[in-house]
Amino acid sequence: METYSTFAAFAQTWGLVYFVAIFLGIVAYALWPTNRARFDDAANIPFRED
Amino acid sequence: MAVATSRSSVTFGEAGAVLALSAGLLLCIYVAANAADSVMTFHALLAAAAAVGGVAAIFSRYASGTRDLRAEIDGKPNYNWGPVKFATIAAVVWGVVGFLAGNILAWQLAFPALNLDLPWTNFGRLRPFHTSVVIFAFGGNALIASSFYVVQKTCRARLAGDMAPWFVVLGYNFFILVAGTGYLFGVTQSKEYAEPEWYADLWLTIVWVAYLLVFLATLWKRKEPHIYVANWFYLAFIVTIAMLHLGNNATLPVSWLGTKSYIAWAGVQDAMFQWWYGHNAVGFFLTAGFLAMMYYFVPKRAERPVYSYRLSIIHFWALIFIYIWAGPHHLHYTSLPDWAQTLGMTFSIMLWMPSWGGMINGLMTLSGAWDKLRTDPVLRMLVVSVAFYGMSTFEGPLMSIKAVNSLSHYTDWTVGHVHSGALGWVGFVSFGTLYCMVPWLWNKKQLYSLKLVNWHFWIATLGIVLYITAMWVAGILQGLMWRAYTGLGFLEYSFIETVEAMHPFYVIRAIGGLLFVIGSVIMAYNLWMTVRHGEAEVPAAARPALQPAE
Repeated sequence: METYSTFAAFAQTWGLVYFVAIFLGIVAYALWPTNRARFDDAANIPFRED
Repeated sequence: MAVATSRSSVTFGEAGAVLALSAGLLLCIYVAANAADSVMTFHALLAAAAAVGGVAAIFSRYASGTRDLRAEIDGKPNYNWGPVKFATIAAVVWGVVGFLAGNILAWQLAFPALNLDLPWTNFGRLRPFHTSVVIFAFGGNALIASSFYVVQKTCRARLAGDMAPWFVVLGYNFFILVAGTGYLFGVTQSKEYAEPEWYADLWLTIVWVAYLLVFLATLWKRKEPHIYVANWFYLAFIVTIAMLHLGNNATLPVSWLGTKSYIAWAGVQDAMFQWWYGHNAVGFFLTAGFLAMMYYFVPKRAERPVYSYRLSIIHFWALIFIYIWAGPHHLHYTSLPDWAQTLGMTFSIMLWMPSWGGMINGLMTLSGAWDKLRTDPVLRMLVVSVAFYGMSTFEGPLMSIKAVNSLSHYTDWTVGHVHSGALGWVGFVSFGTLYCMVPWLWNKKQLYSLKLVNWHFWIATLGIVLYITAMWVAGILQGLMWRAYTGLGFLEYSFIETVEAMHPFYVIRAIGGLLFVIGSVIMAYNLWMTVRHGEAEVPAAARPALQPAE
């Protein structure tokens, strides 16, 4: 039970911080103004055929 | 030139495959001769026949001299469409079979005598046959076909490997055959959507690892620097299904020569594993994989890029982060710890955001091109599928709320919810994809008949509406009858009274389902005629150059 509580406490605090931080990083990456051109270009990949 | 290279020597893959199949054949003969039960004998013989068939196919392909394994021809990717075509045809055939099996079950529920008192057509055996065939055979083949199509086109690279893609497609369909016949003969693990027994599970594991490797290796070879978003969704689907499959099928067979096995998990842990698997089969098989189709085929058909590529990135990661926690909502008011139930409910409600973000992204791709819905029934099918996605992902979180769940759980409301997602979203997005892919794969100008697509669309839509409205009414009625008390505190209705009350709705549901089956038969005919009699697309290079008028 001791081990369980330790793991659970760690997961419920630092696990949460870890996931939220990664997710915020992804949102920042997606919305970063300098990435706009790259993503607009990527959206056109299905139309580049040979 | 193509003929010269095709006459090349036997490849390492071909030789290896023949050796592996021969070894497999010996193993199958041994198992068949010493099997602990008759179904194992049957499946071992089936596998032996498949091994012989595989060897014969490799030899006949080599002898025919039609194979051309070059990665590029004249600077253009030499796309590998063979396995894609096979999986496409398999999806159509399995689709009709699976929908029909479901419709037989619907009529059995309304008129139980229709099970004919035979063990093989009993509801308990036919039901997993229906669910596995529609989800894994129809949906799975549509996913494999479209993923192999999309990954090649968006990477502008030939599918990695030669034997491997064929192994994935044929091996997967062989898994379906073993699983499906097993159910009809009474072999099951009794885990919903994970009914195949241990030996079928092991086989699927091998096939799935090959699938992952082919997909990754194709991405590795890509000519396009950026990995298009559809591929991210396909990859999440492949990786997560592998993880779920291993977790929920940790079984130990009673005998290595028999069909029966027992699961490693016990009690509520087993229940949690099961619904962690079950709900993420919905999230990653029936959602992530089909969203990949949406992100490729909707823009392609509408001839405009996806509404917001940045939203698609956020959609992807939000969906991946949240979905995996939603499983416990299947175990409300059970012995699962209360905090786990609340966790499942909370994450289910949070799923509203990525789901609707994705839906908006799909629908808004049409902005400025809405008029195409009037003229193109294929695009209409794709767009309506996204609308159904929005509807069922609104309904799902609602039903995961404990108070709502106390009414809806174990009733036909759940069945209705599943089918608005399965028929409306998964079914329609797959039909749209098949209608797009078949003319492109077989080099046809267009489909045999857009009018028939229109008929399919309206007949199937009417069928879905009948189905889900009947199940809403039936489910809520059932839930209310179960919890009705008399003034003295006794239950007001016996169970059989609630069953009798369901009869008219079961008949309406069966009629709705029949319409859906008819729609799928129309599609199968239309696609068949497209392949057989469609007008060939003339490659741009071969078209005569237009002369200016003088």
